[in-house]
Amino acid sequence: MSKGNSKRGVTRRPSKNSSGDLEFVQLLTPQGEPIKHPDYSVNFTDEEYRALYRDMVIVRRLDAESLSLQRQGELALWASLLGQEAAQVGSARALREKDMVFPTYREHGVLWCRGLDPILPLKLFRCVNQGSWDPESHRFHMYTIVIGAHALHAVGYAMGVTKDGKVGSDDGEAVIVYFGDGASSQGDVAEAMSWAAVFNAPVVFFCQNNQYAISEPVERQARIPIYQRARGFGFPGIRVDGNDVLASYAVTRAALDAARHGQGPTLIEAYTYRMGAHTSSDDPTRYRVDAEVEAWKAKDPISRMRAFLTQQQIAGPDFFEAIDEEADKHAIELRERVLAMPDPEPVSMFDHVYPGGSPLLDDERAELVRYLESFESEGVR
Amino acid sequence: MSRVKEFKLPDLGEGLTEGEILKWLVAPGERVKLNQPIVEVETAKAAVEIPSPYAGAVIELYHPEGSTVEVGAPLIAFDTDPDAGPLPTPPASGENGAGAEGGAAGGRTPVLVGYGPRQGSARRRPRRGTQARAEAPGATGDTAAAFPAQPSVPAPPAETTPAVPSGPATAVGSGNGTRPVAGLGTLVEPGTPAPPRRPAPALAKPPVRKLAKELGVDLHSLVGTGPGGSITREDVRAAAERASQQVPGPGPAEWGPNRERRIPVKGVRKHTAENMVRSAFTAPHVTEFLTVDVTRTVRACKRLRSMPDWQDIRVSPLLLVAKAVLVALRRHPMINSSWDAERGEIVVKEYVNLGIAAATDRGLIVPNIKDAGRLSTRELAQALNDLVTTARQGRTTPADMMGGTFTITNIGVFGIDTGTPILPPGEAAILAFGAIQKRPWIHKGKVRPRQVTTLGLSFDHRIIDGELGSRFLHDVGRFLTDPETALLAWD
Repeated sequence: MSKGNSKRGVTRRPSKNSSGDLEFVQLLTPQGEPIKHPDYSVNFTDEEYRALYRDMVIVRRLDAESLSLQRQGELALWASLLGQEAAQVGSARALREKDMVFPTYREHGVLWCRGLDPILPLKLFRCVNQGSWDPESHRFHMYTIVIGAHALHAVGYAMGVTKDGKVGSDDGEAVIVYFGDGASSQGDVAEAMSWAAVFNAPVVFFCQNNQYAISEPVERQARIPIYQRARGFGFPGIRVDGNDVLASYAVTRAALDAARHGQGPTLIEAYTYRMGAHTSSDDPTRYRVDAEVEAWKAKDPISRMRAFLTQQQIAGPDFFEAIDEEADKHAIELRERVLAMPDPEPVSMFDHVYPGGSPLLDDERAELVRYLESFESEGVR
Repeated sequence: MSRVKEFKLPDLGEGLTEGEILKWLVAPGERVKLNQPIVEVETAKAAVEIPSPYAGAVIELYHPEGSTVEVGAPLIAFDTDPDAGPLPTPPASGENGAGAEGGAAGGRTPVLVGYGPRQGSARRRPRRGTQARAEAPGATGDTAAAFPAQPSVPAPPAETTPAVPSGPATAVGSGNGTRPVAGLGTLVEPGTPAPPRRPAPALAKPPVRKLAKELGVDLHSLVGTGPGGSITREDVRAAAERASQQVPGPGPAEWGPNRERRIPVKGVRKHTAENMVRSAFTAPHVTEFLTVDVTRTVRACKRLRSMPDWQDIRVSPLLLVAKAVLVALRRHPMINSSWDAERGEIVVKEYVNLGIAAATDRGLIVPNIKDAGRLSTRELAQALNDLVTTARQGRTTPADMMGGTFTITNIGVFGIDTGTPILPPGEAAILAFGAIQKRPWIHKGKVRPRQVTTLGLSFDHRIIDGELGSRFLHDVGRFLTDPETALLAWD
């Protein structure tokens, strides 16, 4: 994919845009009209534009299927990404293969773009394992459930990248950490930003401000816009329309390039909205009003991209229909695979605790095996 | 696999044990698609729609709306191949009947490992004969005793050992139905010697604690029958039932050493306090009173109640007060306005979101009836009923409470004559409706016993002058004095 233009060193002041008073980088209005920005732009081929749309439709469809599976008792929990497709797909497609990702438990769209099997998070939320992918193979770390903890992991990793001498050229590596507006209130995130600034770590803090920390609205968590916090730590912060996949791509691309060239961290606040519940255990109607949700529906990331593709004659009804069909196919396959998923062997819980095993765990495993064998028939339900 | 599939209520939210059926979205015989919403269920955490796990036709709904269903209990039966002709045998209601397969995949119950209801101990597979018994002498089948004796796993202290009934007699049900038995907790009788007080906190899940709090049951006075000696809902309910049969004595007051009690200000109380302070110190309040003869309003309510199509609805004088306010607001639209200090403007509203102050268990809340001015009197009565019911059930949503334009506070229900209400923030006027009492009144030149009440209107003097406020209050009073004429003349 092509590169977003950036002007590092120039004051990054977000400009006014079509969404009223809010200041953020936007390249596509909610109606799908392309707009120019002095610092950021994209230069995609038609094929690449269509691919972004396809990514967003598929991750939304898989997300909906996963939520249904939770409601049907097949998953213990699901954290839906509905509404945040553009922020995730745009930023993830800006990554290079070597860049490292530290996600939260909602980054199903990023996981998809990194080329991981979309069944993997469902195994985690079905509780058949603790997350079973190799973080190295797709450069995508485990989902972190502890809010904000992985910001420290990411900064530590990024400091290691510097020590390995892998920054400072166009060939450099960058690290991105995803978190939410709620996590930005965590001490861990503040510590991570302090360290990242002081050590000039090649890390991009990608905050999806989806407006709610579960039920707590963002205005009760921060006195200033979240991106402005970066200034206090000593690195640039920028806000992007998180429902605009093109702007999310361009801004993230620029921040990653800055990091890989040794120019240090950037905080990106992707201004978006969680259209669904925090997780399947949450009921958003208890703390927010329908009118607010309706207002955000008009800014939907997928319908915006679809309008753009239609207006620019990059894609037509046949294409959209084909993508919907493909997404349905993926969803059906996902469902079948979940239903066919075997329950884990109880002893498998010991498998991935320490890379080289541990005498205590070995004893405990042996004890559990003995206990299980004391029953007359096999297996334990 | 059988074409008849049962779907059991799954654990919808990380460790829940039951859910209430709010609304069925399908009916027996109806065709459903995969993932089509079939039922709304409310749990302790959320009200959610469950999408259908099968495509086919609905055979039976096992539970009516409003009933509480345990996690793992069969909810609905589907025919997954409705075009293949009539079913061979109808499924037995409520349990896994002949030919019905539970679960979404080959008999798997949709309750995940580690979640959901406790299993009856009859489900436990038998241990291999002698060896295990030799290792654990006196094994009774409950979890703690069934583990091989290990020094690292201390046995629970004697007084916390739960009175878990053991053996197959505790579980009922046939086939693969595993419905837990509602075990009754043992309430410690006041007359019997009290057992040693347990130092540890009582074991109970948060929803059970909440229930105990609501029913006034002290968890420490119970011995739980749940897993590990935990206290179950049934234990609490049984204790509450017993307690209700005893004569309540004077409760010991929980005063501190200086005979004062300190209550943290939070939740609705805090919200109310903030609103009241903000309103009282920003809007200059004026309050006016008017005492009126509402005998004809009381009679009108009676006549409404006797009308055939008004049988199913509660009619109170509040309905006519609300109607009076709506009619009077149309004559004096400036009353239905708010002060926008930021922009230096008065915002006059064409719509009336009529707030009704309600005292609930959670404190004072003011939900409003949206666009009440467009409702017919019958619709208004229905909306009032719904609003009160929702508030009493504690289910009023933030949306219900936002955007009010004029409020009525019905302090008469407490037997009070009238008051000087404080304006809800963003509203220009509020009406207090006092108690209706029989008083001597000059009626047609003679002193008669008449139904009389006093209205109190507070208004924001920045927007409303004394004249306008007076005219409005006077109109509300005239309406209540003679509702029929007022309706004919003004509506």
